[in-house]
Order: sequence, then structure tokens, then C-alpha cells
Amino acid sequence: MKTKRVSGSEAVILSLLAEGVDTIFGYPGGAIMPVYDLLYNYQDKIRHILTRHEQGAAHAAQGYARVSGKVGVCMVTSGPGATNLTTGLADAMLDSTPIICISGQVTSPLLGSDAFQETDVIGFSMPLTKWNVQITRAEEIPVMLARAFFIATTGRPGPVMVDITKDAQFAEFDFAYEKCRDVRSYVPRPVLRMEYVEKAAQLINNAKKPMALVGQGVILSGAEKLLLEFIEKAQIPAAWTLLGASAMPTDHPLNVGMLGMHGNYGPNIKTNECDLLIGLGMRFDDRVTGSLDTYGKNAKVVHFEIDPAEVDKNVKTDVAVIADIKEIFQAIIPLVKKASHEEWLNQFKNAYQFEYEKVIKNDILPEKEGLTMGEVIRLINEKMDGEAICVTDVGQHQMIASRYFKFRHTRSLVTSGGLGTMGFGLPAAFGAQTGRPDKTVVLIVGDGGLQMTIQELGTIAQNKAPVKIVLMNNNFLGMVRQWQQLFFDRRYSFTELTNPDFITIAKGFGIDGGKVETRDKLKDSVEKMFAHKGPYLLEVVVEKEDNVFPMVPSGASVSDIRLE
Amino acid sequence: MEEKEFTIIAFSENSIGLLNRLTIIFTRRHLNIESLTVSESAIQGIFKFTIVVFSTRTLIEKVVKQIEKVVDVLKAFYLSSDEIIHQEIALYKVPTEALLASDELEMLIRKHNARILEVTPDYTAIEKTGHKAETQQLFDDMQKFQVMQFTRSGRVAITRASRERLSEYLKKLDTEKMMVERD
Repeated sequence: MKTKRVSGSEAVILSLLAEGVDTIFGYPGGAIMPVYDLLYNYQDKIRHILTRHEQGAAHAAQGYARVSGKVGVCMVTSGPGATNLTTGLADAMLDSTPIICISGQVTSPLLGSDAFQETDVIGFSMPLTKWNVQITRAEEIPVMLARAFFIATTGRPGPVMVDITKDAQFAEFDFAYEKCRDVRSYVPRPVLRMEYVEKAAQLINNAKKPMALVGQGVILSGAEKLLLEFIEKAQIPAAWTLLGASAMPTDHPLNVGMLGMHGNYGPNIKTNECDLLIGLGMRFDDRVTGSLDTYGKNAKVVHFEIDPAEVDKNVKTDVAVIADIKEIFQAIIPLVKKASHEEWLNQFKNAYQFEYEKVIKNDILPEKEGLTMGEVIRLINEKMDGEAICVTDVGQHQMIASRYFKFRHTRSLVTSGGLGTMGFGLPAAFGAQTGRPDKTVVLIVGDGGLQMTIQELGTIAQNKAPVKIVLMNNNFLGMVRQWQQLFFDRRYSFTELTNPDFITIAKGFGIDGGKVETRDKLKDSVEKMFAHKGPYLLEVVVEKEDNVFPMVPSGASVSDIRLE
Repeated sequence: MEEKEFTIIAFSENSIGLLNRLTIIFTRRHLNIESLTVSESAIQGIFKFTIVVFSTRTLIEKVVKQIEKVVDVLKAFYLSSDEIIHQEIALYKVPTEALLASDELEMLIRKHNARILEVTPDYTAIEKTGHKAETQQLFDDMQKFQVMQFTRSGRVAITRASRERLSEYLKKLDTEKMMVERD
């Protein structure tokens, strides 16, 4: 192999280039300065984006990874630089997002001495990463980075943390890069066992009332087309988890809506009526299942999943196929018989009609005075017709957005599902726009979450990222307030906010914006936002005390879903 | 479900921090580790963890899957007490005068199948290998001689199954593992 004498710092950059990285989100500081110094020479090959906080860098890397399917890379300094990544790592871990975080570390002789800006990066990031490693010798850099990319992107993806001491960044060695293709102790692709595929096919062929539960695994595996082939052949109604959103188009006749706590009425009540649940690259999260004691009590359970630890973790399966879901679809589609399930599918249509009359109509076409989040999403859909990427923060607006946003293309919803990270939205939207500059990226955000990472308006402005920021402002931490109203006797303990003038703040960052408070101006405001070149903040003052329904109360059965 | 004693055996690469990665799996589930032994296995370079925990079978199954999910872990499994042969080693230090005063201590050592490692004018070091209850019994019986120090190791265990699970697994890995091409 041809080698080149370089410093550890240059090796970091050459390794990233060898992995096809062209974008880094980061923040410099003492212990990572040697790498930053070299980045200066490589500006034509790698675009480094300076965020305003390391948490912003992590979420931006997540947004970038989620829309592009590539690995998101961030780079930070030691100590506080690294600890500020923790929320992003935890988020990426729960939502299986491939990101690689590179942190500088104090020189190796100082490790463990409580040196300036030293923190135990390996220790604290251990429960938050799929894998992590500390590098103290320059020679290890290409090998360990190759391994980091391999581990982050294969199997069930996840975050990897690579901590590099400053002396390793300075030291020179003979560099050569070889991609990692195998780690002895790691099985990224479990071998498909045909006998289980056959058993699963048998259950599917015998089912009278099957329902598919589409998770992010379908998207991560790139199996969206095969998913449609599978459900269309057997005419299986398919519902999706929050992270499974956009795996199939909103308009698809077999798409019966979102599962879980604020999901659609049909898939929730039908969970307890169906005779077969087919989990597709999903993990039966408690927000999806509600009470496990009564979950799917009339159903057999088939689980297609790449991560063996997810099988039988929450819901006991009758047949599990552990493999990449793409391979599972390829194997099972020929074995699945054509079916119709017409009467069963009609039941979902009726359930939707019922939900439409009770909930959806009032959300998206309200007759009351105050503005609703749902009508804002409806207007966005009318304008974008499913072509936009939706990024959300966490809370009421997140649920409304995922319920009503129209999707035509995969990887079109970026949201913090597992961790429920307020403050995720703004930096993730920036990352998403960076990953897909060709797309319109719409951020739906609340007044609480926006203020958690509002400094990233600076990143958006500096990079002229044309993110359309739709702020649903109810001057409340809305979802917490909703719970206080429903389950804590309306005791609104510390959920009301006295907010700043968001438009002035945006203007201060050099971002245009507009505020709308009445319905007659709403449509024009939305159109003005989309017509605007560059980033734009649209603040919509929505009804102060609106609630998100349907709702499966925490710990209740999915069939006890409340419509009001 | 009933809580029982389980022995978890995990084989891993010898990498820095791995012990921590494994113990946090227990911490996170509020599980207490009763005993833990780590040393190189029969296969050079592969390390063996033997972890004793009281819990339910359902939880242990999940814990073992989480252990096996750790990138540097090759294989993990759990066994109930009747599936393993296990031992712990205990060391005791008693004043030598207790040995000289009567034959009572000597009888005790014989009865418990313990052995004397070292005798000095001040103390006598005794070793006993057995199950925890057995090493504990000897400690209790010797209490009246004023045991100066007592220490017990973690458990070491081998399975009753005729085949070695790890070598079986490594063989399977060789034949089945598919290389993942990412490009």
C-alpha cells in the first residue's frame, strides 16, 4: 500500500476524505486545534460548518444523516466541547442515526490528571454510543476511523465517538487508508434464516386481519419500494411509527396512518382487533404500544428486525426474522400469496372517517376563532404538495406535523423520536438543508424548543441556508400543559412562557420573518414565506390551550385511545 | 416471575473500557452484580467474563442480548446454576497461635478440605475452594479464632454441556459471516 508521511491531524482529514465526507459540523477549541489548522488547507475539499454550540453540531449532523442517508460528522474540542454533544449522541443512539463525533483530548501524558478541559469522554459517551474509542497514537487514526465508519453505518446504525489526544494529532507517521470491512466480534448483517421466513409467510397467508407496522428500519435499509411490493401483494394495511413516517407516501391506499400515542384512530384500535401484527424494522416502543398487557391481544406477532436485542424485548413474537429488512422482503415476497382483505381495509377507511369528523376536520379546517397548528400544516401541504422535507422539534407541534404533513418521498420527516429532544429542530433543520440543498426544508417548531437552540439562527444566517422556520407559538410548553390539563387538574406548573419578540430576534441574526395572528392573513403569510429566497421565520400565534388528539394516555391500552 | 441466580458468560475482545460497557448494562436496569470474574479464555486474545446476577429469566435474556450487541463482544449466554460447574476461591488469615493452642483449627481445615498456604509466627494463611456457601461456612466456623483477613474471588464456571459454545460460535461465524460492502 502506498503511504504518505503526515501528521495525525492530516490523517484525520485524509481518512474523512477517503470515506467520502465533504461536510463537517463543528466547533474548534484547544485540544482539536491541530486538526482545525489542517482543515484550513482542505477547505476546497471539506466544508466545515461552524455551529454556535456543539449540541447544534450534533443535531445538524443528525439532520444531515437522516435526509441524505450518509454519515453525519461533527468535530469538537475536549471537555465542554465533548460534553455538549451528549444530547445529540443520546438522540442518535435511540433513533439509530449514523453520526461520527470526533473530539480532541488533552495530550496523552496528561490523561487522568484533571488537566485543563479534560473530561472522561470514553466514560460518559459509553452508554450513548454504539461504539467509542480513544486514540493516543497517530498510527491508530486511519484504522480506528475506518472502523468507526464501518460500525456507525452498518447493521443498525448509530453514533460513534472518536476521542483523539492532542499529541496523536501532532505526531507524524506513514499514512495509508484502508476501509474496514469486518470486525471479528461484530455481526452487522445477521444471516437470513429461510425457515423463519417460511413460517412468517405462512402466518401472513393465513391472516384474515393483518396489519403492518412500518418503522425506520425500512428507510435505513432502503427498502421502501420492496415495502410497497410486499403490502400491495398481500393487501396489508400499513401503519407507521413516528420514525417510519415517509417510508411510504401519505396518499398510498394501504397507508392507514400513524401508530401510537398521538397516532391515528384506526391503526390504534385495530391493533387490538387484528389477527396478525407484522413489525417491519421497528422496536415496539412504549409510545407505540401503550400498555403491553393488552397490546395486540388477538394477534400473532411477526417481527422483521436487524437488531436481535429488539426481538422479544417489549412484545413477544411468534415468528421473528432477524436480518436486513431488504433481504427479508426479497425472500418473503415470492412466498406471500396475493390477497384482498377488502372488508378489513374498509374498516380502516371508516375509522379514518370517524376520526376526520371528530378530530381532523377541526384541526385542519377549524371554524373557531383561534389559529390551529393543523391548519398551518394544511396550508403548507397545499403549497408544497408533499415535496418538502419536514423537520420538527418536540411537543404538540411535532405530533400535529407528523399527523398532517404530506409525504411523497422517503426521508422526508426528521424528528427526535426516541429521546424527544427539545431544541433538536433548528439545528437538525439546518443539517437537513445542508444534506439536501435541492429540497425545501420546513421546520415546524414550538416557542419552547426554539429557544433551547435559538443561537443556531446564526449558523443558518451565516450559511444562507434557506430553511423555512414555522414557529407555532402558543406561549406555553404546550404538550406539558396538555398533560397538566388532562392528568394534573389543570395545575399549569411552570409551563407558561413570556416570550421575546421572535421576529426581532430573527432580524437581529439577519433572517427575515413575519408574524401572523389571524386566519385571513395566514395563507398569504405562508405563501410569502415560501416565495422568500433564503431563510425565513414565520411566527404563527396559535390557540393558547389547544390539545393534540387522539391520545392514548400514558399506560393505557391503544384501544382506549381518546378523541377528546 | 421468580428471581433466580444466573451466571452470564461473555467472550470479548480485550479492549479498553469494555468492562465498563458491560457493567452499565446492569446499572441501567437496576441490577446488582453478585460476582464478576474476567480473565483470558482458552482462546488466546479472547477474554471471558463470568457474571453472577439474581434476576428473572426474562430480564436476563434481555440483558444477555444487550451484552452481545456490544461491538467488542463475540458471544454471550446465560446459564442457571444446574447447568454449570463453578467454584470460588477464598483466602483466610488467622493468628498462628490459634493453630498452636489446640488441634481444633487443624480439624476444621481437614474437615473443610482447606489447605494451609503459609505459616509465620504471626499469622497462618489458609485457602479454600468451593461454592460460596462452603467458603462462607469455613469463615463462620473460624470466626472464634479471630480471622484477621478474609477474601473471596468471583465465580469461575464451566458449562455441563459437552461442547464448547465459543468455538462452535467462531466456526459458525467463519462460515456464515457476510462481508458488508458499503460502497
